[in-house]
Amino acid sequence: MTVEIIGTYATAILLLIGSGFVAVGVIGLLKFNDSMTRLHAPTKVGTVGIGALLLASVAHSMVLGELSMHELLIMAFLFVTAPISANFIAKVNIHLRSCETPPSPPLDDTWATLNAPDDGEDTTQGAKSA
Amino acid sequence: MARAVQWLLPHPYLTLLLAVVWMLLQNDFSAGMVVFGIILGIVIPRITSIWWPDTPKAFHLGKMMRYSLMVMWDIMVANVEVAWIVISVPNSKLKPAWVVVPLDLRQPEAITLLAGTITLTPGTVSADLSDEGHSLLVHVLHTDDPDGIVDDIKTRYERRLKEIFQ
Repeated sequence: MTVEIIGTYATAILLLIGSGFVAVGVIGLLKFNDSMTRLHAPTKVGTVGIGALLLASVAHSMVLGELSMHELLIMAFLFVTAPISANFIAKVNIHLRSCETPPSPPLDDTWATLNAPDDGEDTTQGAKSA
Repeated sequence: MARAVQWLLPHPYLTLLLAVVWMLLQNDFSAGMVVFGIILGIVIPRITSIWWPDTPKAFHLGKMMRYSLMVMWDIMVANVEVAWIVISVPNSKLKPAWVVVPLDLRQPEAITLLAGTITLTPGTVSADLSDEGHSLLVHVLHTDDPDGIVDDIKTRYERRLKEIFQ
């Protein structure tokens, strides 16, 4: 009986924490006015926000007596894939010059995203022949 | 014997990971599932080994575990800090900055892990790598001290990743 009560409270608290962080992430997304700063908001939602909601799901399944571990996998996949989408959005921002231009790297010529061939025609021809 | 093991288990940690993922997917921790998971963990790396050309020479699992625990703790602390920034700092006072982190790491796996860690830690997003891979471009949401962030990343994460892959 006590385990059930503790589980229920844990579920409720984790749900509150998770939805709190998701709310803050959404506020950040709406509030910031630059695409690069906006990018910071979803990283919060993707980590602690979703993490707490999924842990709430685990705790709830424990209360019901059918322990479910799928949530851990969801978390693992989210942690692996979230940086990649963030990286792609950042690359698009750099490429479109829709943000402050980054300082050039100290050791190499340029950033990988900006390292495009100067002649646009060459690339299209290469794509056609390939 | 050693060669047979090498042939059968080209990536022992991948085998372990696949077995655990299989069991989590099935949501079933019985002996049958353990055996089937291990079979999958042996067969999949074996038939895909052509596409894994450069295995990292060393990988310390214990250090990696400690590193992931530390990163999780950092994520939680940084989450609270960034949530506070989102709520309390008005847009006009926000000081976003580009930060360039010179890399000592050379293995692609290690650099990927470092970039992923930086992005998962709220407040910083790794944006790009220089064309020869000697520095990492990081965007910081709000900072008064960009050099401090670079030092933090280098001493806290990069040094440990170097140890893991050494």
